[in-house]
Amino acid sequence: MAQQAVETHELERVTIKFAGDSGDGMQLTGTLFSDESALIGNDLATFPDFPAEIRAPAGTVAGVSGFQVQIGAVEIHTPGDEADALVAMNPAALKANLSRIRKGAIVVVDKDSWEERDLKKADYDHDPLQTDVIESYQLVQAPITSLTRETLKDFEMDTKQKDRCKNMFALGMMFWVYGRSFDNTEKYIKQKFAKKPKVVEANLKVLHAGYSYAQTIELFGSTYKVAPASIEPGTYRQISGNKSTVLGMLAASVKSGLDIFLGTYPITPASDILHELSKYKEFGAKTVQAEDEIAGIAMAIGAAFGGDLAFTTTSGPGLALKGEALGLAIMVELPLVVINVQRGGPSTGLPTKTEQSDLLQALYGRHGESPCPVIAASTPGNCFDFAFEAGRIALEHMTPVVYLTDGYLANGSEPWLIPDVNTLPEIKVQKAKEGDANYLPYDRDEETLVRKWAIPGMKGLAHRIGGLEKQDKTGNVSYDPQNHEFMCKVRAEKVARIANDIPDQKIIGEESGDLLVVGWGGTYGSLLTAVTELQKQGKKISLAHFNYINPLPKNTGDIFKNFKKIVVCELNLGQFQKYLSETFDYDFLKFNKIQGLPFMIGELKWRFESILSGGA
Amino acid sequence: MATKVDEKKKLTKKDFTSDQAVRWCPGCGDYAILTAVQNALAEIGKDKDDIAFISGIGCSSRFPYYMETYGFHTIHGRAPAFATGLKVANPEIDVWVISGDGDSLSIGGNHFIHSVRRNVNVKYLIFNNEIYGLTKGQYSPTSRVGTVAKSTPYGSLDRAFNPASLTIGSEATFFARVADSSPKDMKELFVQLAQHKGNAVVEILQNCVIFNDKIHADITDREVRDDHQLRLEHGKPMIFGKEGNKGIVLEGASFKVVTIGENGVKESDILVHDAKRQDPTIAFMLSRMRLPEFPVPMGIFRQVEESTYDEDVNKQVADVKTKKGKPDLQKLLNAGETWTVG
Repeated sequence: MAQQAVETHELERVTIKFAGDSGDGMQLTGTLFSDESALIGNDLATFPDFPAEIRAPAGTVAGVSGFQVQIGAVEIHTPGDEADALVAMNPAALKANLSRIRKGAIVVVDKDSWEERDLKKADYDHDPLQTDVIESYQLVQAPITSLTRETLKDFEMDTKQKDRCKNMFALGMMFWVYGRSFDNTEKYIKQKFAKKPKVVEANLKVLHAGYSYAQTIELFGSTYKVAPASIEPGTYRQISGNKSTVLGMLAASVKSGLDIFLGTYPITPASDILHELSKYKEFGAKTVQAEDEIAGIAMAIGAAFGGDLAFTTTSGPGLALKGEALGLAIMVELPLVVINVQRGGPSTGLPTKTEQSDLLQALYGRHGESPCPVIAASTPGNCFDFAFEAGRIALEHMTPVVYLTDGYLANGSEPWLIPDVNTLPEIKVQKAKEGDANYLPYDRDEETLVRKWAIPGMKGLAHRIGGLEKQDKTGNVSYDPQNHEFMCKVRAEKVARIANDIPDQKIIGEESGDLLVVGWGGTYGSLLTAVTELQKQGKKISLAHFNYINPLPKNTGDIFKNFKKIVVCELNLGQFQKYLSETFDYDFLKFNKIQGLPFMIGELKWRFESILSGGA
Repeated sequence: MATKVDEKKKLTKKDFTSDQAVRWCPGCGDYAILTAVQNALAEIGKDKDDIAFISGIGCSSRFPYYMETYGFHTIHGRAPAFATGLKVANPEIDVWVISGDGDSLSIGGNHFIHSVRRNVNVKYLIFNNEIYGLTKGQYSPTSRVGTVAKSTPYGSLDRAFNPASLTIGSEATFFARVADSSPKDMKELFVQLAQHKGNAVVEILQNCVIFNDKIHADITDREVRDDHQLRLEHGKPMIFGKEGNKGIVLEGASFKVVTIGENGVKESDILVHDAKRQDPTIAFMLSRMRLPEFPVPMGIFRQVEESTYDEDVNKQVADVKTKKGKPDLQKLLNAGETWTVG
């Protein structure tokens, strides 16, 4: 690379990927870079991408852990299709990411991790840096490991400990390239290693050394600036989907006046909800790590019978195990929220990768006629809103609710406009009146068909519920044929009437046009970006992105009418499309991807443009 | 339906009897158990609105419908998990689980052992008739090897669970055994059960008249029971037999049956039952006693006190509340690095 005067270019948006071995600290590096960017006012979205193995063999492609972040002076809704800069700590990291970086991107590699054996571990039979392929990129070969060791030569630490700081060197370099200060990073390191002052000192020294190295050596032709984005005023913080789900659960607890009970069994990528919630016992949250998935939901239903705001958390395989108990919750009409953080399936599938393939399981994966409300979050931040909403619907409509997120939302993060607690609605808990001599467990509200909740300990209300079909009103066991049909219909109607209690479906863009893009859940950022870009080009394209899936918003049928074509986009083989096709008589086109990865803007635009130009 | 119970009034069996017709087979042992539970509850005197019966699936699991208390008939094998959730959520409620050998030890084996080891404060009755009744006569995990049943016309091959050994081996704080043919013993035992603070499991030797009639006859029949049962009483020597002259002694690491007055054996040589012994070894040895070599122990094998799971969960919440003070949701939402735009 030629030495030249360094210019600073203004960028609207930029995508950076940090990749290395599972043990190289790439998740932390990416998070710190994101946080600094958020604090200077950029909009951003992140996507951590890590292997299922805790420590896959070092240096292999299977062991590569990556963290991608897109930052912008404009609104950012996805972590970016292709990286504009890649930091690859070893050949495996380069190999795993070469196909996902833009031609012309900056590629920083650690020259010291480029020995014959490193190449071999990555299954390279040649050095990719010596081939033509690499000429399409701005390659920066930095001796990161040796400079880290050199920086720490006076430290009484062994080489292994010193090498653990090399991610800070790479981070320092990227801070210089993208004109970031790093006050927050310094503060973080000081807090994190408060008990180990030497580690603090070493990390900070290496961070500064990386920054100075990039500045002094002028390996980079330019530096870049991404100005603050103009986003809605208010106070923000960075948040991941799993964390905001937990805050939504706590908000539902506060607004209903009920304690939380979480019965659950660890499963990727849902376990963080348990980890996070168990920190907040001061809110009265009881968390039980059960013996298995079935016990998790069974305990939650028991707690719901006992008067708590009950949750169980899981991912696809666990939802399958919970199916029978969920059917019981539907039968006995107790409030319960089942949180399913979707991952790649079937079976163990792709545990750490994202997918939307549990939709039909959530809607139908039970025996008997067992209608269950299903809602889905669509951004890491609005996991808060929909966790809260799941609790609200469960309590106000006396029903289990399946709330769907996915691996992408759960682990991805974005700046979150912190809501004002006072603007959240109170949740109206449907408790029976103590001592009510006329209480019947299955007597219903005429309008909502909701029954009243009588909790053990409430005087004069002792009654029995269970999985056997129950007589209308009394709840006594009944095998009467007419009664069974009536009760099946009532349970279905009760769930259908929740449509009266949810907002209308919104359309982003014009309410009529050539193409309506339909999506649901975690694909929102990608679909919004692709649709917005085509709208800017003058295309008559709009987006309807669903959060309420069962029941659908009441205006759903109406919004479909005004478009020439409709395409349903999902990270599965067409589950929402199938669901919509059952109810609405339209020719729904599909666009599906099932690779454990989110949609790329490029592929979405390509598909939409091809439909708009007459393709199907 | 529900009427308010006058707390001053002495409770009777009727106060705990629901308006639902009982639908077990004529002659089923479950009737006697139901009566004994209702009589015990009347004696204990706790308000019916503060009691809940939880069951799984099986003949026994219809039990809650017949009790004028709160009740929840759940799904097969999972009753201990439902009961754990209820008890943790609502520790003031007395929670009883009603289950059978198939429900508890086959499909629900996992939940059963974990509720025992957690010491969840629930009263747990296992109706053990060594057969599947509701599915009409297949062998169960407590059926003896060679049991000829619908699914095993040539005899069952798998070895049986011993409910006492399994429970004690799962870190039980309370285990007892009783027969459905002894209504008085049952009632007395249930009263003691209710008073134990902690998980309390009772194996009830229950007779299924239809599919496995007289399976426990060798233990429970009037003619043999004195010789074939060892009635355990805390602090009393382990003496049994029609003549009251047989007893159990510890010889090396094993039990042995001896006759008082023979070979110089005195009453004072007989092992004294200590249900409160922290070390479960002797209780486990009692669980291994079976006919014909030994009499079958009846009564409370083990009763030790330890903190309960439901209590500990709620205590931890209370401790954190005390330590951290009144929670502030807005403060929590605003935690960590924040920045303000505009």
